Amino acid sequence: MKNLKYLFVGIFFGIILVKSEVISWLRIQEMFRFQSFHMYGVIGTAVLVGIISVQLIKRLNIKTIEGEKVTIMPKQFSKGQIYGGLLFGFGWALTGACPGPLFAQIGSGFAVVIITLLSAIGGTWVYGYLRERLPH
Amino acid sequence: MIDLLQSPWPWYVGGILIGLTVPLLLLLGNKALGISSTLRQICAVCVPADIEFFKYDWKKQIWSLYFIGGILIGGFIGGYLLKNPDAIQLSSETISDLQALGVKDFSGILPSDLFRWSELFTLRGFILMVVGGFLVGFGTRYAGGCTSGHSIMGLSNLQWPSLVATICFMVGGLIMTHLILPYLLAL
Repeated sequence: MKNLKYLFVGIFFGIILVKSEVISWLRIQEMFRFQSFHMYGVIGTAVLVGIISVQLIKRLNIKTIEGEKVTIMPKQFSKGQIYGGLLFGFGWALTGACPGPLFAQIGSGFAVVIITLLSAIGGTWVYGYLRERLPH
Repeated sequence: MIDLLQSPWPWYVGGILIGLTVPLLLLLGNKALGISSTLRQICAVCVPADIEFFKYDWKKQIWSLYFIGGILIGGFIGGYLLKNPDAIQLSSETISDLQALGVKDFSGILPSDLFRWSELFTLRGFILMVVGGFLVGFGTRYAGGCTSGHSIMGLSNLQWPSLVATICFMVGGLIMTHLILPYLLAL
């Protein structure tokens, strides 16, 4: 039952993704064509709010609701961020979606995106299969 | 009130609420925002196939499956119950650029002339949906995160590898949009 709260956070997150239109293929096209501030505004504001929140949590030593210290795993650099990042960028412009928005697009009525999601799961699986042979 | 919820939310409302998801998950249980790792999770649960990368204690990460279940429901609420009755207020330049490439439907979040079942059996639709999806799943895992894990969570925690990843996401998207997509949409 302690996981149920994440269902509600997910519902909150999904509603925002749809209502702020960041799951729209059209908005993603507009972003990659530099024809509107919308997407840059959403992502920029989100990062700014995220940075301030994380700094406040760290400096004021704010604990989780269960009283634990907040720990965030650092991200390790690998060449994967370059190669994988570029490949994901291609996919983002094609589908108009990152992994989170895929779920929101399906929920909002585009059932055909289930195929895109299955293909994304397949892509993750193939990465796992080839991992040792890829440059990192 | 319902009008306010149905109309699209301005960028700063969306941005602030997405940003607040970061501390919300941290304070609820030390969880880092990130969704592409859930795709690995689904592989580990459904088709581990004895691959090292899928042999880990996925039960510890079970919260993320609740989270994506929520996103699906949230997508339904946002897309049906709070549905925006009007088309997206896209820039007129984007509309004319895309019309020149043959896109016809601007009424919803995705152009239904490109994203529908019958299109899956055309080369164009196959590349957009199936190849595109594959690249999203392969690329995000190779990069160790997606827009949420790197661009929102990683940048929030001032991680420079996440900045490298975010720049590469943008470069990849620009190459696809400007150099490849025009030919693809003409197929």
